[in-house]
Amino acid sequence: MESILSIISALCIGLGIFLGITGAVGIVRLPNFFTRLHAASVTDSGCAFLILSGLMLQSGFSIPTLKLFFILVFLLITSPTASHALAKTALDCGADPTPPPYEER
Amino acid sequence: MISITSIYAGACLALLAIMGVTITRAIRGPSAFDRVMAVNMFGTKTVLLLSLLGFLSGRPDFLDISLVYALVNFLSTIAILRFFEGRTPTTTDNDTADTSVTTEE
Amino acid sequence: MLFVLFLTFVLVAFWLLLSWHFTPFVLGCGVASVALTLYLALRMKLVDEESQPLHLSVHIVGYWAWLAKEVVVSTWDVTRHVWSPNKRVHPRVITVEATPQTAFGLMLYANSMTLTPGTVCLDVTHEKIKAHALTEDAAASLESGEMGARIRRLGL
Repeated sequence: MESILSIISALCIGLGIFLGITGAVGIVRLPNFFTRLHAASVTDSGCAFLILSGLMLQSGFSIPTLKLFFILVFLLITSPTASHALAKTALDCGADPTPPPYEER
Repeated sequence: MISITSIYAGACLALLAIMGVTITRAIRGPSAFDRVMAVNMFGTKTVLLLSLLGFLSGRPDFLDISLVYALVNFLSTIAILRFFEGRTPTTTDNDTADTSVTTEE
Repeated sequence: MLFVLFLTFVLVAFWLLLSWHFTPFVLGCGVASVALTLYLALRMKLVDEESQPLHLSVHIVGYWAWLAKEVVVSTWDVTRHVWSPNKRVHPRVITVEATPQTAFGLMLYANSMTLTPGTVCLDVTHEKIKAHALTEDAAASLESGEMGARIRRLGL
């Protein structure tokens, strides 16, 4: 039982790290600000959820799990808010959300 | 069987690499919002890294720090965006290109 | 008054969770900081049904499950686009109708939209929501209006 939980949590952490790498690659490769925002959003929701869930599975029913749950809830509420604030402020400041189609580079 | 400690350690290293990639976007820009976005993502990753480090070193107190860091990170992002709010893009004024909001590369 | 009681309860629970010390001095600090936070929240007129969603029905759990599925699908979509060797993305700005009627429903709609990778909400009014979509699939799923219809069905 213990080892099954360990394997599931290790898988969660691994998948979370993969999504984190995806986001990092995304914010380097994608061509403009608004598209990079989507890559950051992948890491904010997926990566944080998976890593914190993996840690929660490790610690069982205890105070650390409760704290991890609070961190997760905070991140899930604040990261869309920050993304929206970024997008709205960028738009208000005149950034162009739809530049012409990109060439490969 | 890989021990869970080595999974934590590997995840910490991967997160550090992700943060390294993220900081390159913060340095390269090109717009101010790219930098803010990168710093925000860096902060989210710091929260995850702190949680993982707490589990790696067996000190759940780290979770308090990461909880507070999540809040401070969100607040600082919003505060910087409030600073930019209402500014018009200064694409013609190249003298202040360092601090002004430039739109696209 | 109900909102004030609820906020007090949340703040006290949060303090106890974080401190987990029951000496008189620490508890006194807790009472003082809860009182200060309550005073500030009341002064900023933040205590209303928008910040204290007490009226949510249990059906919100079903909505969360649906939203989780959407997040997984669109995460996969964005991940594919990030790793694909020919980096042709076709981002676009779309406008969808704001189906939810209440302020809380609108907030939920915009936040769910932004939480889903591939779509970011740009601007919210009571009639229209402007959003930026990274891929065709993300734009299509947003334009189908299913998310808004589901929130509307929750009575928001």
